[in-house]
Amino acid sequence: MIDLRDLSVTIRGTQVLRDVDLRLHPGSITGLVGESGSGKSMTALAIMGLLPHRAQIGGQVMLDGQNLLTMSEPALCKIRGRRIGMIFQEPMTALNPLMTIGDQVAEVLRIHHGMDRTAALARARERLDRVGLPDPRFPLTLYPHELSGGQRQRVAIALAIAERPDLLIADEPTTALDVTTQAQILDLLAGLVREEGMALLLITHDLAVVAGLADRVAVMKAGEIVEEGPTETLFRTRSHPYTHQLFAASRHAPSRHAPATGSPLLRIRDAVREYRLPGGDRLRAVDGVSLTIGRGESVGLVGESGCGKSTLTRAILGLDPLQGGTIALDGRQVMAGRRMPRDLRARMQVVFQDPFGSFDPRWRVARLVAEPFHLTDRPAGWRDRVGAALSEVGLHPDDADRYIHEFSGGQRQRIAIARALIIRPDLIVLDEAVSALDVRVRAQVLDLLAGLRRSHGLSYLFISHDLSVVRGITDRVLVMQKGRIVEDGAAEQVIDTPSAPYTRRLVAAMPRIPTDWVA
Amino acid sequence: MIARRTAGATRFTAARRRISVGVMLRYVLRRMISLGLSLLVASALIFSVVELVPGDPASFMLGTGAQPETVAALRQQMGLDQPLPLRYAAWVGALLQGDLGQSFTYKTPIGGMILERMQVSLPLALMALTLAAAIAFPVGIYAAARRGKAGDAAVMGGTQLGIALPNFWFAMLLVLLFAVKLRWLPAGGFPGWSQPDAALRSLILPAVALALPQAAILARVLRSALIETQGQDYIRTARAKGLTAGQTLRRHALRNALIPVLTIMGMQFSFLLAGAIIIENVFYLPGLGRLIFQAISQRDLIVVQSAVLVLVAAVIAVTFLVDLAYAAVDPRLRNR
Repeated sequence: MIDLRDLSVTIRGTQVLRDVDLRLHPGSITGLVGESGSGKSMTALAIMGLLPHRAQIGGQVMLDGQNLLTMSEPALCKIRGRRIGMIFQEPMTALNPLMTIGDQVAEVLRIHHGMDRTAALARARERLDRVGLPDPRFPLTLYPHELSGGQRQRVAIALAIAERPDLLIADEPTTALDVTTQAQILDLLAGLVREEGMALLLITHDLAVVAGLADRVAVMKAGEIVEEGPTETLFRTRSHPYTHQLFAASRHAPSRHAPATGSPLLRIRDAVREYRLPGGDRLRAVDGVSLTIGRGESVGLVGESGCGKSTLTRAILGLDPLQGGTIALDGRQVMAGRRMPRDLRARMQVVFQDPFGSFDPRWRVARLVAEPFHLTDRPAGWRDRVGAALSEVGLHPDDADRYIHEFSGGQRQRIAIARALIIRPDLIVLDEAVSALDVRVRAQVLDLLAGLRRSHGLSYLFISHDLSVVRGITDRVLVMQKGRIVEDGAAEQVIDTPSAPYTRRLVAAMPRIPTDWVA
Repeated sequence: MIARRTAGATRFTAARRRISVGVMLRYVLRRMISLGLSLLVASALIFSVVELVPGDPASFMLGTGAQPETVAALRQQMGLDQPLPLRYAAWVGALLQGDLGQSFTYKTPIGGMILERMQVSLPLALMALTLAAAIAFPVGIYAAARRGKAGDAAVMGGTQLGIALPNFWFAMLLVLLFAVKLRWLPAGGFPGWSQPDAALRSLILPAVALALPQAAILARVLRSALIETQGQDYIRTARAKGLTAGQTLRRHALRNALIPVLTIMGMQFSFLLAGAIIIENVFYLPGLGRLIFQAISQRDLIVVQSAVLVLVAAVIAVTFLVDLAYAAVDPRLRNR
């Protein structure tokens, strides 16, 4: 059993954890939920003894009566990977790209038991079989780049549980994965806890994930655990106001006006987009897609990674050429590259997922927001327009003189929306635009988007893997699978009573909080 | 059901292997074609540059007092009166048959001259690079492991000095110490490979002088590559497995940091092959650099042309080898 007592961590004068008490029992799952920066990952790193060097630590992390915090580094190396295993959020980068998956799993056994390579590989084979990567489909000689994200997360789990640890810490293990893959990974983790009797600390921002899985839940805010208890009780009572807020935000759907019945704005007919693969084969990423978005309409496009939604988006924005079919905006044909007239480009704007990567850090906000003016020539009062756009997204006009690093993730996404708004487009493509945001911030941004749509008569193409968000903000949902649209209908209808088998699978895999818990 | 899936998987794997062999063959073929094209472009470039350089070989050979008729006769004899395209075609035609031409000055085949000089330059470059790597790896790893601490600062200061010191000055210090004072090694000259022991000894000091700045550069590149690699997610995974910081560095970070190091080493080798001229002069070594330098000062243009082209070929070959080394290090590059 692992027991955290009064765990406090201070890094460079900032207290990041304050008197954290948490008990992790064998064979049970503890969910640790909270927003980014609340100290969830710090708690995990403190247990692992992997905090940054400058961190000052107080309290105790007890494992079998020993305090890990006072243990020497060599002694901790014998605990990590053997008694406590850990998996991380980003499976794409969590594995060494130059080492076979067999060797990476075997390495754990070799360093802790001095096992020879053959014996360690045999055990690694067993563990990979256990996590659902069976021989011969997944030989030990595969490299990480030959596997998908979900498969790589399975390898990461295999090496974390190779030694059958007492505790497995999973830090946002499924946040980067598709819903169906997420459901499989969560199943796997639950099975491991049941069969091998380990304790699981499941760190996530997603309340729905812990609802279906955890025995107990701890809610963390600003370095403190504000509420802790059995999952169902905690979800039903929500006694702490912060827990209550998180709940409300995660289920938030902005008020929507009746679906617009305007004339068609974007019309796509039989669009085909192909790639040539190394080796000469062709991949048809978009395969005969037809769709229409009406003026003032908000349309969701959902599907798992690799289904072609990003490829389709690039074609709509006129960034890539089509190999067949047409895309027309307000009757004018969209073409890739220089052949597309600037005034047509100015009628579409895009907001991407990553609030940190989509801005030049050396530019001031005024220049960032005014950038789309290169499509229309900069009007005389452009600075006022920047100020007005910033006000519209809930920021202050004076923010124009600041740099992007001075803003939080949610504020950056507001700036991205201001940048899209400034040349008054007809259509804004929102490509996973709220996926990286915390629930409360996400709720605010969704409200903002709904309000802007009302006041400006905007159309949205809202691309997301998250069905619950799509349901809240769009009038109509398109479901995409392997380059084709497999279902098209009103948002509520598609998600509540899906008709295509693929949509049914997606909806079934969607984690959700039981309805009677929140009644 | 399971059996069918297994068979499918095996077929899939076999198909992938076949594709990868096909891709590999096509890759090598593409590289050969681009190598040939690069050489052709280089030959044209070298030929025109040499033509643009002032100074007529014939008048140079005959001296300033020569009669114009004599010069004209010599020019005709040397083929210099022919139109440019014809001379270029003749040169390339001969090259294709393996004939690098004849030196104007020495009347000997250039192929033999270059081969002879290569026997000095190639071992010298190899020794210098090996030595540079032997110094750079431990130093770079040490500095990266002690990032931000005194040891790192000392190493970084030292490498800056190593880059800044003129290597001919360092070479002379080496001569003064090891040849003049201690009399351990020869001060210069090259006895030829008929005496392998003496030949090797005469290359030691020049190799050390050449290696020092290269080692300093390489150590810095390795250090920064290692530091960047150590910020990666898979390093965190390795620590969570229970590896010590040192094991993580050796087993996971080092190999991932090799790509930029290999790039620099490839460039250094090309440089050492022909760029050792100053060191060759300090040690009186009959290397490739001195051959080209002498040929330029004697307006032995055909030697310049052919030797430079051979160097270009060597650089292209080294680049190709470095690319193969990338693929050996990084499995992700193997199927491209």
